[in-house]
Amino acid sequence: MANASTGGHVQGLGATMRKDAWWQGPALTAGILSLWLVYYAFAAAQGKYYSAGPYISPFYIAYEHPASVTDMSPGYAWFGFWPDSWPAFFPPALVMGALPGMFRMTCYYYRKAYYRSFFGMPPGCAVGPVPHDYRGETFLLVFQNLHRYTLYIAIALLPLLYLDAIKGLWYDGRPGIGLGTVLLGANAVLLTGYTLGCHAWRHLVGGKLNCFSCDGASEARHGLWGRVTWLNERHQQFAWSSLIMIAICDIYIRSVSMGVIPDINTWSGVTWIGDFH
Amino acid sequence: MSEPAKRKRTLRAWRGDASGGKFEEYTVEVDQGMVVLDLVHRAQRDAEGAGDMACRWNCKAGKCGSCSMEINGKPKLACMTRLGDYAPDEVIQVQPLKTFPIIRDLTTDVSWNYEQNKKIAPFTPPPRPEGDYRMKQKDVDRIQEFRKCIECFLCQDTCHVLRDHDKKAPATQPAGKPPQGFIGPRFMIRVAQLDMHPLDTVDRIPKLKEEWGSGYCNITKCCTEVCPEHINITDNGIIPMKERVVDRFYDPITMLLSKLGGGSKRTVQK
Ligand code: SF4
Ligand code: SF4
Ligand code: FES
Ligand code: FES
Repeated sequence: MANASTGGHVQGLGATMRKDAWWQGPALTAGILSLWLVYYAFAAAQGKYYSAGPYISPFYIAYEHPASVTDMSPGYAWFGFWPDSWPAFFPPALVMGALPGMFRMTCYYYRKAYYRSFFGMPPGCAVGPVPHDYRGETFLLVFQNLHRYTLYIAIALLPLLYLDAIKGLWYDGRPGIGLGTVLLGANAVLLTGYTLGCHAWRHLVGGKLNCFSCDGASEARHGLWGRVTWLNERHQQFAWSSLIMIAICDIYIRSVSMGVIPDINTWSGVTWIGDFH
Repeated sequence: MSEPAKRKRTLRAWRGDASGGKFEEYTVEVDQGMVVLDLVHRAQRDAEGAGDMACRWNCKAGKCGSCSMEINGKPKLACMTRLGDYAPDEVIQVQPLKTFPIIRDLTTDVSWNYEQNKKIAPFTPPPRPEGDYRMKQKDVDRIQEFRKCIECFLCQDTCHVLRDHDKKAPATQPAGKPPQGFIGPRFMIRVAQLDMHPLDTVDRIPKLKEEWGSGYCNITKCCTEVCPEHINITDNGIIPMKERVVDRFYDPITMLLSKLGGGSKRTVQK
């Protein structure tokens, strides 16, 4: 590493002349992301308590175990049941989580977050990085360039989240709504905001054009690009709010399912898990 | 607010050149509303031994980009940084930019940046047989942001690729080798400004990937954090350019479509 400190500068991991608490942001990011991952691993591996009444946890999107199906069962297994022979060490929720997981892992925003918080490349601005032969995203990390393919998967999954939320509007042969429905609905909306604010999406819908006014099609794409830009400017906020909302939905449904708290709904006011069929 | 009796401030300034140096402290009287550049000037005038402290400045209005330095560890324009932003008794420490070779005291040799600029083919519109060009506002808007750049090179100074890893693009790129360095955020947005221009006819994308090292940027956004013009360098310049590189070099679908469509209509920069 050159740029020897002829101006009184310092060198090495975490070395800086900054006097502010530059490490607070990255530390908070690392803390929340780690907590989230630990909770997710626990919830996904557990394999039970993922549904209650008309609700299913977003971790278990499109999943239902045949044994849990009753006549009242809402039926979430949009693509059929997972085979009985599915190996237990790789729970279905981990499979379904890996898809949006890859989307988030290659997201331009999360890349910034974890390169700084977990990998110290660099930990902060004008703060010394982990000393290594830096190759950027030209070498081992070149796969980050395929982020747009994970976007296609994420867009394909969005309708399933809405379907799961809409399922929450019907129970016991009657329409209605519960706190779980509201949470699942909010989750779907936040995830839509996150997904459609993606930088790769912004590029594909119009950003790639050099001329926004050359014909009708480019004018229309300019309009679309403008809307995606609005979401894109809030991408970080959507990234966090949607991530936390997924966990809140799971915690709520898990708690209702375990009988820790009741659901509040229009079907019978306050419903404990025993009163759901 | 009534002005207290004369206040004092301590300036801790790096004094030295390529052969070495040290921090010197100067305590001088300050007035309300002063900026760090004023403090440097006040020290030059009033403090013993500070008269010959080298410092570059010109406009004192945040528009010439000369007074870039590191103030309490952060790359900033000295003329736009108010003393009032610091606690009344806080020492103000000033250093030259870390990323570029020191000349003396607070001045550095930033000529490497001008060399990068020369590598980029300038704006090349087609010949104009039909009179003046007309550009629509929606096409102007997107590239206007990049034109706000005052070439202070604070983004270049902060970028860890240049600052800590010293991967500055060399004068010549050896043929057949991966890119040997990076041109830095300021020139990423310069390329973006040209590439997003509806009338431009040069294709700089292969150069951007193969020689100017766009892949070295890991979009950690420090350039955007320090830009005094608040240019959204990463989100509006670098990431869109990275996506254009993906279209051309990584995404099998867009590569195929482009091949079927006859490739770029622009002339590749050699
Ligand atoms: S976002 Fe890229 S160009 Fe900007 S400071 Fe970070 S690595 Fe450098
Ligand atoms: S982009 Fe911003 S920080 Fe970089 S040189 Fe231009 S004005 Fe300075
Ligand atoms: S999802 Fe964040 S950039 Fe694509
Ligand atoms: S003196 Fe011109 S930008 Fe500070």
